[in-house]
Amino acid sequence: MKKVKADPKGVLTGSHYLDGDYAIAEGGLAAGCRFFAGYPITPSTETAERFAERIPSVGGVFIQMEDELASITALIGAAWGGKKSMTVTSGPGFSLMMENIGLACMMETPLVIANVQRGGPSTGLPTLTGQQDMMQAKWGSHGDYEIIALSPDSPQECFDLTIEAFNLSEIYRVPVFVMTDECVGHMHEKVVIPPAEEIEVVERKWYEGPKDKYLPYKLDKDGIPFMVKAGDGYRFHTTGLTHDERGYPVINAECQAETIPRLSDKITDNADKIIMLEEDQIDNAEIVVISYGITSRVSIRAVQLARKAGMKIGTLRLKTVWPFPEKRIKQLAKKIKAFVVPEINYGQVVLEVERCAAGKAGTYHVPHMGGWVHDPNDILNVIKEAAK
Amino acid sequence: MVYFGNIKPIKGKVHIEKNRCKGCAFCVEYCPKDVLEMSEEFNVKGYHPPFVKDEDACVYCQLCESICPEFAIFVTIKEEEEEGEKGESRP
Amino acid sequence: MTKEDRLEAKNPSEKFLRMDRIPHIWCPGCGIGTVVTSFNEALKKSKIDLDDVVVVSGIGCTGRVAGYVKLDSFHSTHGRAIPFATGLKLANPNLNVVVFSGDGDIFGIGGNHFIHAARRNMDITVICVNNFNYAMTGGQVAATTPIGANASTAPYGNFEFSFSLPYLAEAAGATYVARWTALHLRRVTKSIQEALAKPGFSLIEVITPCVTLYARRNRLGDGLNLLKYYYDKSVIEHGADTRTLDISYQGKLVVGKFIDKEKPTFLHAMNEHMTKILGDKFVKYGE
Ligand code: SF4
Ligand code: SF4
Ligand code: SF4
Repeated sequence: MKKVKADPKGVLTGSHYLDGDYAIAEGGLAAGCRFFAGYPITPSTETAERFAERIPSVGGVFIQMEDELASITALIGAAWGGKKSMTVTSGPGFSLMMENIGLACMMETPLVIANVQRGGPSTGLPTLTGQQDMMQAKWGSHGDYEIIALSPDSPQECFDLTIEAFNLSEIYRVPVFVMTDECVGHMHEKVVIPPAEEIEVVERKWYEGPKDKYLPYKLDKDGIPFMVKAGDGYRFHTTGLTHDERGYPVINAECQAETIPRLSDKITDNADKIIMLEEDQIDNAEIVVISYGITSRVSIRAVQLARKAGMKIGTLRLKTVWPFPEKRIKQLAKKIKAFVVPEINYGQVVLEVERCAAGKAGTYHVPHMGGWVHDPNDILNVIKEAAK
Repeated sequence: MVYFGNIKPIKGKVHIEKNRCKGCAFCVEYCPKDVLEMSEEFNVKGYHPPFVKDEDACVYCQLCESICPEFAIFVTIKEEEEEGEKGESRP
Repeated sequence: MTKEDRLEAKNPSEKFLRMDRIPHIWCPGCGIGTVVTSFNEALKKSKIDLDDVVVVSGIGCTGRVAGYVKLDSFHSTHGRAIPFATGLKLANPNLNVVVFSGDGDIFGIGGNHFIHAARRNMDITVICVNNFNYAMTGGQVAATTPIGANASTAPYGNFEFSFSLPYLAEAAGATYVARWTALHLRRVTKSIQEALAKPGFSLIEVITPCVTLYARRNRLGDGLNLLKYYYDKSVIEHGADTRTLDISYQGKLVVGKFIDKEKPTFLHAMNEHMTKILGDKFVKYGE
């Protein structure tokens, strides 16, 4: 993995008062994204607008495509053309992208998609918040594969985690999702953008060997193949069909059996390196509140109230939701009484917690159907119930 | 008197990669000089490939090469010729 | 290969094709291979650096072209070859990007992308093999199937109006539009050559026999018959009004070069406009 300092052209060093959507755009620019293709959709559009405004003086392309199918596919094309590329969307647009997210996984293409979630299904609540696409992020395209999904809880983290998303996408050659939501997307806060030399960005895993020896899907020691870009004379082929090392389609069970596990394993085997968690007072906790995104901030109040009432509450915030921190949750399940999982949906990430807890600790969900965040008292009540 | 008019200098050669052929007969049909004919023999895939029946008649127009959907027939030309070679009036 | 079969010369196609993937999957008598040869010939004649040429295909019989050409080539998803090509072109404006795919792919599922890429005058060349049906999936009715023709999902004949591809392309803003049949070998080659050299959005429609499905279902004989049939039905009318180019079942086929005009490409327009508005603040892109 080759780390370099960020290209100063894209870095707007200084203290700013930005909303999460803008911070995502700034994160992308700082990470070296020079191609943005998108389609307007509330509540994510501001990211595209910011990009459209900023890119002409940075050097790169913004293009508003005809729909989200086109946006995601243009990103894949641009990535193979040598650019770091990203888009932003929300529920309905995310649904439209699913088929080609599968293509990106199959072709092992690095790119970043931010999803500023709103209430669904269908058109749902265009202007109001939700965390209902979390399972879709993991399972939305057909077939078996793994992706990486991060969940920022503030505009600052929108900036930081978008850079991280680009870095992870280059290391693992996989689409990475920044799963934020309407609240964080539209929340204005101070965002500190450091000088370019303090921002580390990961370079693409460029192939450097002899031209005639290049095989697009020959694995390196770390299980990730080297990449080249179109126009460099490698005359390579790649396809969404199941393929061999040469990128040639091989339509049989044997090739499928070789290809598919590694698309998942390159992520799951490196889960420890990918997963970012934030823990607080977890060591002698009886109850652990697991949350991500905006819900983590709402949970703080509930946790404060519970601690004031003398309860031993720890918190675990998932900055990385996928791959799921199985190992950590399994460890905790052996020591604690119960997990409490508030999220703005009817039960998604809680299912993973429950699976990992495997009956060793209780799992309590605090659902919210979307449109607004939880009332901290609702979370508190479930904490109390879990402690009984 | 020796008449040279009909004697054509050898300028090329038609090559047929029999086993690549799928027997569509495009080349046979569109050869402007009826040089080619489908053979009775089978290739490895069970198709009848064409053969050069009348090499002398060939004008090396390369139409067979251009039309073959299987990249199975091609023509090599020994001398460079002007463009607009005879036989080009066909497709 | 027996000794007798061994060839003393090298097949010139080898320069352009992934010979380790030949024979291709296309049926005997299918015209797609012929269009590929015309494309190879155009590459040869235009003398462009093959390292700069990229082929993008979608899904379908013609969608397999990307897998056979010895160029940087991408076999994308159904209907999405044009946005894929758009991304490639914008990421690296030096590339000469060609979309090589079928009518169902480009004009059925991918129709929206086609009109928008034409509208923007994205500098790509679209070669559309039109065989009037969805062949890979078994000969279903398509957006190009003429009224009256039979298809597996139109077993009593098609009654839907079909697209006239050149008309659609012109209306959407394409700067180069031509239509030929697969048998117009040298004219197809010439059009592809012109389109490759053209800065702007180009469409070359090549009417091509699908012998296994369209021909059989419509009792049009074998590949040879159909190749000849389309050719015989064609009338060359360069510059014809694209409103007159509808294709009727067993009617005449107007072919030719219909549109060849100058217009700034997407990138050119972007660079001009931004320079005008932003002056020195604008970082020129890709020029
Ligand atoms: S080169 Fe022309 S004349 Fe000779 S066999 Fe081929 S098509 Fe016939
Ligand atoms: S055109 Fe090609 S495939 Fe068809 S018969 Fe001739 S050599 Fe064989
Ligand atoms: S099904 Fe039709 S289009 Fe497809 S390869 Fe066969 S003949 Fe060609």
